[in-house]
Amino acid sequence: MTTAVERGAAAPVPGLQPGRSAARRPPTEPARRPIWHRMLFVAALVGAAVLFMLPFVWLVSASLRPREYVFAPGFLPVPFAPENYAEAWQAVPLLTWFGNSVLVGVAAAAAVTLSSAWVAFGFAYFRFPGRNLLFGLVLATMMLPFAVTMIPTYLIWSNLGLTDTQVPLWAGNLFGSAFYIFLLRQFLLSLPREYFEAARMDGASYPQLFWKLAFPLIRPALLVAFVFEFKASWTDLLKPLIYLRNEQLYTLPRGLKVVLDRFGYGGEQQWEVVLAGSVLATLPMIILFFLAQRHFVEGIATTGRKG
Amino acid sequence: MATVTPPVPGRRHRTPLARREARWAYLFLAPWIIGFLIFYAGPMLASLWLSFTEYDVINPPQYTGLDNYRQLMSDPAVARSLGNTVYYTALHVPLVMLISLGLALLLKRVGRLQGFFRTVFYLPVMTPAVAVGILFLLLLNTQDGLINRALGLVGIAGPSWTTDPHWVMPGIILMSLWSLGSTVIIYLAALQNVPRDLYEAAAIDGAGSWARFRSVTLPMISGALFFTLIVNTIASLQMFTEVYTMYFGNRETQNTFNSDAASFYVIHLFQEAFQFLHMGFASAMAWLLFVIILIITLIQVKLSNRFVYYEGEDK
Repeated sequence: MTTAVERGAAAPVPGLQPGRSAARRPPTEPARRPIWHRMLFVAALVGAAVLFMLPFVWLVSASLRPREYVFAPGFLPVPFAPENYAEAWQAVPLLTWFGNSVLVGVAAAAAVTLSSAWVAFGFAYFRFPGRNLLFGLVLATMMLPFAVTMIPTYLIWSNLGLTDTQVPLWAGNLFGSAFYIFLLRQFLLSLPREYFEAARMDGASYPQLFWKLAFPLIRPALLVAFVFEFKASWTDLLKPLIYLRNEQLYTLPRGLKVVLDRFGYGGEQQWEVVLAGSVLATLPMIILFFLAQRHFVEGIATTGRKG
Repeated sequence: MATVTPPVPGRRHRTPLARREARWAYLFLAPWIIGFLIFYAGPMLASLWLSFTEYDVINPPQYTGLDNYRQLMSDPAVARSLGNTVYYTALHVPLVMLISLGLALLLKRVGRLQGFFRTVFYLPVMTPAVAVGILFLLLLNTQDGLINRALGLVGIAGPSWTTDPHWVMPGIILMSLWSLGSTVIIYLAALQNVPRDLYEAAAIDGAGSWARFRSVTLPMISGALFFTLIVNTIASLQMFTEVYTMYFGNRETQNTFNSDAASFYVIHLFQEAFQFLHMGFASAMAWLLFVIILIITLIQVKLSNRFVYYEGEDK
C-alpha cells in the first residue's frame, strides 16, 4: 500500500509522462515470450525451491526417527518415533522456555510498536525547530553496531539489579526504535493532513489525534512492526546470553543452545532431542509467517529490512 | 509527503500556536529522546571511555591510555577473527546478491506461481538462527550429513566441513546462503517497479535481452543493489548467532580443531567482554568495528555515486 505512495511512483520517470509508472499497469505480461521459456524458468525455480526446502524436510523427518536412525539416508521418518518430542519435553523445560519466549516476544513487540508509533506521529505531524536534525539522528542510530553500546547497557541493567531477569530483553523497546519509527512515519505521511485538521477544528487534542485517528488508520503498518519485532525477539540469542543465568528464565533460542551443548556433540549425542527442540522453536515462526505473510513481504519491500 | 507537513516557516517570531505545537511535538518525541540519551548517547560515551581503561566489572575501571588499542593491533586472536570476518563478508555478500538477483529475475517471469516460490525462499529467514546453526551442523556432518551424501552421489568425496579448519569457513558461507530470502524480496520489488515502457522502448531500438538487462534493468534497480550491498555488508561484519551456536559456548574445548578457525569478530568481542571480563579491551574492539563499518560504508556510498541511478534525480 505505501509502496506506491512513497516509492516515488508519482515521481516522474525521465523521458516519460509523469504518473505513468509500471506499478499501476495491470500485470498482464504480453504474450511475446514462448511458452517453453516460461516452463524453463519454472523448472529452474522448482530446482532452487527443492534445494531450499530439503533442509526443512530433513529436519522434521530426522526429528521423528529413533536416535540411531537420525543420520540414516532418505527423507522419510522411518522407523517412526514421535516419542522423541515427549522425551525432549521431559529432558528440558521446553514448555517453560516456550512460554518465556511468547511473553518476552509480546512485551518486546507491543512496547516497540506503541512507543515507535507515538514518536513517529511526533515526526510526521508537527513542525518544530530541529526536526530534520533529530530525524537524522534517529536514522543514524541504525548504523551503530550493537557491540558499541552492549557493555554500558549491560552495566545499566546490572546497576538496576535487573540482570538475570527478563526485563532487559524488552524494556529498552519502550523508547521506540529507529527502524519502526521510520516505517510508521512513512505510513503517517501518506495520510491526508485534512483529516487531522478537521479533527483539530472539532476540538480534538493531539493525543486524541494520535490515538483515535492515526492509530486505527496505520493498523497495517503497526502489524508489520509487531510481527517483525516479535520475530526478532523470538530468534534472538545474544541478549538472553548476556542477561540470563537461571535456566527457568531462558527463552527458546537460549534453551536450544543448552540442549545442543548438553545433548549434541560432546554431550550425549541425543540428536533426536536436539532436533525435536529445533522443530519446536521453528514451527511458531513458520506459522507466524503464514498468518502475516503480507505484512512481512510489505515490510521488507518498503523498508528493505534484512530478516 | 509535502501534503502532510508544510515546510517550517522561516519567520523569526513564532506564534503562540507554533510554540504550543512545538511543546507537544517534543512531548511526542520524548520517549525516543530519553531512550537515545540512556541507550545510545550515554553508552557510546561510556564505552569510548572504557576503551581507554582496564575494567573487569568487579573493580573500578583503571585508566590505561592507549594500551587496549596497542594490544588490539598486535593481538593475533583479534587479527584472526577480523580476517575470518572479512573473508566471510567478501564471499557472502557478492554470492547473496548474485543468487538473489538470479532468483528474483526468475520470479518476475513466472506469473501467478510467484507468491508460492517467494514463500519458499523466505521461510529459511524465519527460522531462528540457533536452529539454523544446529541444522547445518548436522547437514554438514562429514560422514552422514545430507550435503556430503549429495556430493557423494555425483562422485565427490565431500570435505570435513565442521572439523577441518580449512573447510569451516566455506561451510559457514554455504549455510549463510540458505537465508538470502529478504534480499530476493527486495530485488523482486525493485524489478516490478521498473516501468515496462523502458523495455518496450529498448526493444524498439533493437536491444537484445542482454542489452536490455544491462542498460535498463541494472540501472533501474541499482538503488536496491546498492542498498542490499550496504545492509548485507554491515550485517555480515557482525555475524554472531549461527556460528556461536555451532562452534562456541562451552564447546570450544570439544572442537576437534582450534576454534580460531571459526572465530568471528563479534564472537571474539563477546567472549572478551562476558567470559574473560575484559570489558575495556572489548570496548576498544567495539569502537574499531564501528570505525571499520563507517569506513566501508563511506567507500560504498562514494562508489555508488558513480553507479547508482536515482529516479527523478534533479541534480
